[in-house]
Amino acid sequence: MRSNDVVYPMNVLVMTGLVAVGSFAAGMLGALTGLGGGMIIVPMLTLVFGVDIRYAIGASLISVIATSSGAAAAYVREGYTNIRIGMFLEVATTVGALGGAYLAGLISTSAIAVIFSLVLAYSAFRSLRPREEHATDGPPDKWGTRLRMDGTYPTPAGMQPYTVHNVPTGFSLMFVAGILSGLLGIGSGAVKVLAMDQAMRLPFKVSTTTSNFMIGVTAAASAGVYLHRGYIDPVLAFPVMLGVLAGALIGARVLAGAKVRALRTVFTVVIVFLAIEMAYKGLRGGI
Amino acid sequence: MSNQLWRTGRWSDEHVELFIGNLLRWGVILAAAVTAVGGAGFLLLHGGAVADYRVFHGQPDALKSVSEVALNAYRLHPEAIIQLGLLLLIATPIARVALSLLAFIKQHDRTYIVVTTIVLALLLYSLTGAGA
Repeated sequence: MRSNDVVYPMNVLVMTGLVAVGSFAAGMLGALTGLGGGMIIVPMLTLVFGVDIRYAIGASLISVIATSSGAAAAYVREGYTNIRIGMFLEVATTVGALGGAYLAGLISTSAIAVIFSLVLAYSAFRSLRPREEHATDGPPDKWGTRLRMDGTYPTPAGMQPYTVHNVPTGFSLMFVAGILSGLLGIGSGAVKVLAMDQAMRLPFKVSTTTSNFMIGVTAAASAGVYLHRGYIDPVLAFPVMLGVLAGALIGARVLAGAKVRALRTVFTVVIVFLAIEMAYKGLRGGI
Repeated sequence: MSNQLWRTGRWSDEHVELFIGNLLRWGVILAAAVTAVGGAGFLLLHGGAVADYRVFHGQPDALKSVSEVALNAYRLHPEAIIQLGLLLLIATPIARVALSLLAFIKQHDRTYIVVTTIVLALLLYSLTGAGA
């Protein structure tokens, strides 16, 4: 007997309420970390509610767009988001997302889950190492300069300029982020933040908010494919979307007052948890 | 803010950021409102039905394409109204990219006109035809 049989039978009203509450928590965490709610939505729906992973991925993608757009509306106005960097890197994420959505029908998600968990675990290990904010050592990237990506962002001491590094590495990582997004129905915020925070060495808040800004476009690219495939169930997706949206809006309000160190700690804890979760899921042979 | 943008023709990055922020906010509010209306309608009519998503059946054709969803939402089918709200949500980042394209055209920024056009084309391809 599968563990999820315990919660059934359940009527639509009860399930909608429970899914909405879980999605609210996921949305808040997604907005605070720049991860997007999808990383929590898919395990929640499949493990707790026993939902088929294809419906879970469909609902997750919708929630990911809600999280991104809801929080981005606030971030963009606060001046953290770098729209040029986001726009340029979205070429890589949308191509990757379309490819990933097609691959989802061909490749076992179990294998991808294991690979992704290894990437996440390594990323979490990397992010634990102490790193100075505003690292400006080394010459700015020639692509970053040519594409006018360098910018400023608000700090307590006023607007602080920053330069962009390793644009080709960041672009390549974004392609990977797009594939994972299309394949697993997640925003791939973790990989996006790593590309911008660690490869391109942007300030952490610029990384998280620009990542969040890009997630909606990345998810929209694969959502079209999933819609035509019938993965998006409206009755399951609506409590997920509304719950995540409410959580994301509250999360966005908390971010402006949050300290970078606290943000990074939350980010690391979440990434470690997700890596273990995904490895376990993958090694078990999927859901 | 958007009125000021159009009236004064000021397409500085700061103004575009404000306009994009407003677009995202109103797009999400509209999508959420439509979705909530459809969801409330469905729960009123079918809230007592048994929920079971353990086996994948896929969605009927009526909920799988933009034109079918719009038609059935017009006929006030609750599931199609929810799906219309979800489509509005998917359309919000796409509209944001379209607005960015307009801004880069106004700024005569050729590099980013090309970059943004590629992204917009991929998004429209996905929404209208991909995976069918």
